[in-house]
Amino acid sequence: MELYELTVHELIEKLEKGEITSEEITKSYFERIKEKDGQVKAYVSILEEQAMTNAKQVDCDRKAGKMLSKFAGIPIGIKDNVCVTGTRTTCSSKMLENFVAPYNATVIEKLKAEDIICLGKLNMDEFAMGSSTETSAFFPTHNPWDLTRVPGGSSGGSAAAVASDMAPWALGSDTGGSIRQPASLCGVVGLKPTYGLVSRFGLIAYASSLDQIGPLTKDVTDSAILLNLIAGHDPKDTTSMEYEKKDYKGSLINDVKGMKIGVPKEYLGEGTSAEVKEAMFKVIKKYQELGAIVEECSLDVGQYASAVYYILACAEASSNLGRFDGIRYGYRTEKFENLRDIYKNSRSEGFGTEVKRRIILGTYVLSSGYYDAYYKKAQKVRTMIKNAYAELFKKYDLLLSPVSPTTAFKISEKMNDPLQMYLADICTVPVNIGGLPGMSIPCDVDSEGLPIGFQLIAKPFAEETIFRAAFTYEQNTNFREEHKPTFK
Amino acid sequence: MSKQDYEIVIGLEVHCELSTKTKIFCSCSAEFGGEPNTHCCPICMAMPGTLPVLNEKVVEYAVKAGLATNCKIAQNSKNDRKNYFYPDLPKSYQISQFDIPLCYDGYINIETEEGEKKIRLERIHIEEDAGKLNHDDYGRGSFVDLNRAGVPLIECVSKPDLRSKEEVDSYLRKIKSIFEYIGISDCKMQEGSLRADVNVSVRKKGATEFGTRTEMKNMNSFRNISRLIEYETNRQIEVLEEGGEIIQETRRWDDISGKTFSMRDKEDAEDYRYFPDPDLVAIQLSDEYIEKIRNALPELPESRKKRYLEEYQLIPKAANFVTSSKYYSDMFEEAIKICQNPKTASNLMMSEIARILNEREEEPEQIPFTGRELGELVQLIDKGTISSSISKKVLEELFENPKSAPSKIIEEKGWVQISDEGAIQEVVNKILQANPQSIADYRAGKDRALGFLVGQAMKETKGKANPQLLNKLFIEELKK
Repeated sequence: MELYELTVHELIEKLEKGEITSEEITKSYFERIKEKDGQVKAYVSILEEQAMTNAKQVDCDRKAGKMLSKFAGIPIGIKDNVCVTGTRTTCSSKMLENFVAPYNATVIEKLKAEDIICLGKLNMDEFAMGSSTETSAFFPTHNPWDLTRVPGGSSGGSAAAVASDMAPWALGSDTGGSIRQPASLCGVVGLKPTYGLVSRFGLIAYASSLDQIGPLTKDVTDSAILLNLIAGHDPKDTTSMEYEKKDYKGSLINDVKGMKIGVPKEYLGEGTSAEVKEAMFKVIKKYQELGAIVEECSLDVGQYASAVYYILACAEASSNLGRFDGIRYGYRTEKFENLRDIYKNSRSEGFGTEVKRRIILGTYVLSSGYYDAYYKKAQKVRTMIKNAYAELFKKYDLLLSPVSPTTAFKISEKMNDPLQMYLADICTVPVNIGGLPGMSIPCDVDSEGLPIGFQLIAKPFAEETIFRAAFTYEQNTNFREEHKPTFK
Repeated sequence: MSKQDYEIVIGLEVHCELSTKTKIFCSCSAEFGGEPNTHCCPICMAMPGTLPVLNEKVVEYAVKAGLATNCKIAQNSKNDRKNYFYPDLPKSYQISQFDIPLCYDGYINIETEEGEKKIRLERIHIEEDAGKLNHDDYGRGSFVDLNRAGVPLIECVSKPDLRSKEEVDSYLRKIKSIFEYIGISDCKMQEGSLRADVNVSVRKKGATEFGTRTEMKNMNSFRNISRLIEYETNRQIEVLEEGGEIIQETRRWDDISGKTFSMRDKEDAEDYRYFPDPDLVAIQLSDEYIEKIRNALPELPESRKKRYLEEYQLIPKAANFVTSSKYYSDMFEEAIKICQNPKTASNLMMSEIARILNEREEEPEQIPFTGRELGELVQLIDKGTISSSISKKVLEELFENPKSAPSKIIEEKGWVQISDEGAIQEVVNKILQANPQSIADYRAGKDRALGFLVGQAMKETKGKANPQLLNKLFIEELKK
């Protein structure tokens, strides 16, 4: 078995035993990247030189008997909307193509404190707007299970890198499903933590009230380990909660007996493909076998979640992306005679179609005369959705649903049909609207061998419940052993 | 119809920079000045991914301002984004407060010719200042300086209760003095830390509806605000008298011509697309928090005035004057600690110091010396060391050389009062000899002649003669 095929907890074990060095691990990833990234195209920037230097330093320190974190020398891939000092942070946009971040995101500070090594920055939909990684201004990323298909998005680079063993784990961000949907389409584990659990400082904002950074990993154990590393209140982000620090690894218990799981019937209806439905029923059956109580329930108001999402997210984005104006940093047009031209042409040339679409949509819904009908109403429905979830969680420990109504679609299949693309988020968006934690766990493949994930949703700050149920499922099934990306 | 048939209606939006050490959303220095772009960080430069954290001091200062102006305090408030593009606004939105200001429904009392008048305040809210554009003198373009971006401001909005430029002046001075008293701002108009948007309209006397208003932004001198109101109200009345209509617009004030100009190049009514800032949590204030601030408020001008009237027996005019500025009031209190003569101290401030400031076109905060010097000066008068006419010259000298003590100044300048009876008798004799007509006038019952003779003697001694002694000796001679 190659080093790059191991999970992080396996790598840590070998590092601790002194069987391998950080240099060997890191090198194996760069070799793998050289071998596969030409096809997959997950990375926007590869930080080989710096990573190798850091890996050697860690090995040196470890040899010298220095007190090091047990994660020291473990590599990671980072979605390219998370700022890393001195490296390009592009959001896969022409607007920030040459933007070098002058500071570290809080999550990066936390990883650096453990001497975790950054392999590179991962492709995404431009400014995290999309569900296929095709809106990247640079190139689309390909799904390692079928290179003619999308990896999902917007954290498609992160999911594809982990799925193709080009990173042992990665950070993504999730605003409406951007971690879970690509995780599902690429057959890896993706967690969107509760809003407020992980600091957003240094995450280039798409929709501030929905964005959350989270782990994409090969298995549930790694997900818990990475969440342990990045969670916690940050004084630089007032929306991050002061919450008691938990050890999520402690929740990795192989037992769901008596756990109550609700399955909202709305997500197993018409829009969901037969194969995805079938996979869900198999998961439900498995949980029942393992002693959980699974019941059908209803989240009727969830049908409005997509409308609410596209109003609120676009409204916030229209304001958040105003700073990309060609004045201080980022792309500036060469064609200008006055200030208005600088703004108009820099933004017209620097942003892609989908970003412009959402800025226009957001500007519209915030305009005077429309604010009440759209933004304000959407906020009210958001509260209704939160309340509906709260009601369900009085009864259930977890909710279970598909992550994506279909498996990975073909590249360019939906690019000209934004509404179809928006429907790819239909099962994940409500979770962001509710501010809840949600995880995608791979469970099956369809008739074409494309992975299917199921979603577990818990009440706010109850990630441990998700970890326990996901771990139990993983321990009693064999997805990773039975299915591997084929690069066909 | 004439000007007298119209009533002037004015409302003010006063922007006041708070004197917190750090900016409103990051830990950069909020100090005025500095080399361009040296008081900035990724947050106030709006680098991608950065987030604001509200400086609690800003909330505290704003609540202080609200309590000192009789406002209600919103216990549940929030920050909103005001979206617009301008190079001095790095985020492309200003974090401000839209529909729920921190303070609302207040009032202050101002002095007018007809007595005290209540001016209502609609609201006080917190917001961040923008940066500054420096235009290159050689036409090489404009440079953005973000030192001021993120400096905390409060915006204090009055109801349209002001009816004359005098009332506006009085209101502004009162607001300024209150903010100075509670120590939330240095209110330096010349540095732009206090500036006002002036909304002006006119209507026929007796009309119940307001006229259409125009707005002049960012005014930072009392004098220009008075000039502006004078000009703009006349302009509006003229337009109406000629059968025209006032257009609701922002007009630019030009210092040099003393006129306002329509800013037609500005875009049509901007839509700021206000919405709650999702990066900041709601501002929640407990009763205890508000009460704690209320109890810690320093003594306000109203209360000082009362004390000056009762304890020091100042006349109302003097008490109003001294409390009109915290700088005056603090100077006064420091002076009377030394001289124990509130009357003379306040008189000197009201007549001489105010006159000199007026000539220099300066504000009380620019007085270069302290109450110590003033107190010492009053002492010198009381001891008879100098005459009150010399005290004026000493004050003028203090403005030039604030570091020297009054006693040293009069010594250096040879301004010590002549109280030697023999020396004064000589002068008296000399003046009487030269003015026989005045002697005759006095003896014929014209008391004014004495004043003339004393004046002549003062002139002769360059103001140094002890006036009481002079009087006494003249009368003795004249009655002989």
